[in-house]
Amino acid sequence: MRKVFPLDWALSVQWRIWRAKTFLRRGALKLQYVLTVYTLLIINKAGGLVYNRDFSPSPNASVEKISTNDYLVLAGTFHGVHAITKSLTPRIPTKNPTSSSRPSSNPNALNIAPSLDNTQPSSQIQTTTPNPNLPVTGLETLETSFFRLTCFQTHTGTKFLLITDPLMPNVDAVMKGVYERYADHVMKNPFYQLEMPIRVEGWDRAVGQWLGGR
Amino acid sequence: MSGPSNVPPSFSDRVSGTGPQQLLHSRHPVQNQNSSSSTGLRLPSNKKTIYDRNLNRSRNAELGRASFAFLFMEMVSYAQNRVKGIQELEKRLNEQGHPLGLKLLDLLLYRSTPAGSSSSSSSAQAARPLRVLPLLTLLTTKLYPLLFSRPADSLEQSTTNPGEYMIIDNTPLTNQFISVPKDMSQLSCAAFVAGIIEGVCDGAGFESRVTSHNHATDVWPNRTVFLVKFENHVLERERELERAGIK
Repeated sequence: MRKVFPLDWALSVQWRIWRAKTFLRRGALKLQYVLTVYTLLIINKAGGLVYNRDFSPSPNASVEKISTNDYLVLAGTFHGVHAITKSLTPRIPTKNPTSSSRPSSNPNALNIAPSLDNTQPSSQIQTTTPNPNLPVTGLETLETSFFRLTCFQTHTGTKFLLITDPLMPNVDAVMKGVYERYADHVMKNPFYQLEMPIRVEGWDRAVGQWLGGR
Repeated sequence: MSGPSNVPPSFSDRVSGTGPQQLLHSRHPVQNQNSSSSTGLRLPSNKKTIYDRNLNRSRNAELGRASFAFLFMEMVSYAQNRVKGIQELEKRLNEQGHPLGLKLLDLLLYRSTPAGSSSSSSSAQAARPLRVLPLLTLLTTKLYPLLFSRPADSLEQSTTNPGEYMIIDNTPLTNQFISVPKDMSQLSCAAFVAGIIEGVCDGAGFESRVTSHNHATDVWPNRTVFLVKFENHVLERERELERAGIK
């Protein structure tokens, strides 16, 4: 038993090195097309699509280009789904103040953030969301093996949707950049009418530069 | 300053009269202690007032670009709601900039005089330009840094018309976040800056019309040309001054 152990150990180390190498090689291969943003959608607070733009084409057939009409339907549907997910946030009864075992939200495809709104007037039982310090935001990311949809809602109710490669890191920073450019070129433009489709040259240019190279 | 005049009005008269600096220094001799609760303007201990330098003391602490953008956006929409056409809108923006230019000229000239010269009027006449070229360099190298913290990108003279000059700005602050819709493509919101330039020219005794035009290039999508067109009597005076050898 003791004689076998070193061999076994060496084999396992070798196997680990090989596994790490192949992982790195695959990662390096994938990096060439992983960092891509496929589509940007902006939905106004009424659920209407105000901006859609396709960027680098997806390597997967599942994210094919669809018509503008389909995008409009998609935007309206997403708006409704988002409203539903907002009220689907799990709640924990807080009747017993000593209850310390709080169930952690399991990382599903639907990441639903918890809420501040910790009272339900209809029921007698006091409930709270898993983390009462965070507001309810509804659906934040939706991940499949082919793409990842990231949703960012502003304080005024405008929703930014980024459809990216599922392996793309740091989508938050990308989204922040998009929001900054929107605030600069759309909201500071005297010729843009609120809630209307965005036809602003400077915005097209800025967001194209920001997302085009990704 | 009003009406055509062949002889430029002397600036030294204006300065030795009731300039802002005269008022300040005569009424409030020296108040080093700010503990005195007297009414009126307090002079800082180093005697530097807002006429000497900006309220913002440090060089880097400038006005927020976003706050200016929002203010200017409201100015444009205010003007847009009260006009019929693009020309009228540009005229309105131009008129909003004009009084600013008149005042900025005085401020520029006062600041460019040597620091101790405010009491003696003899040395204060260095500043005001009498000829066209010094005026234009004043615009590009003094007015522009005061407004935008950088000089203008280029200054050119029209080859076809001798009384026309072009001040070129690749990235005008007013147009930075404004994209004009396609049906108003001739509109240039930098008409406001053109109004400021026109105000400075008028204040200096060079009656002119300044208009702004979009000349977008691939590298500079907001490139703007300010066309300065001097009146005929200004050009006549210019020729006479050239003959007299005045610089």
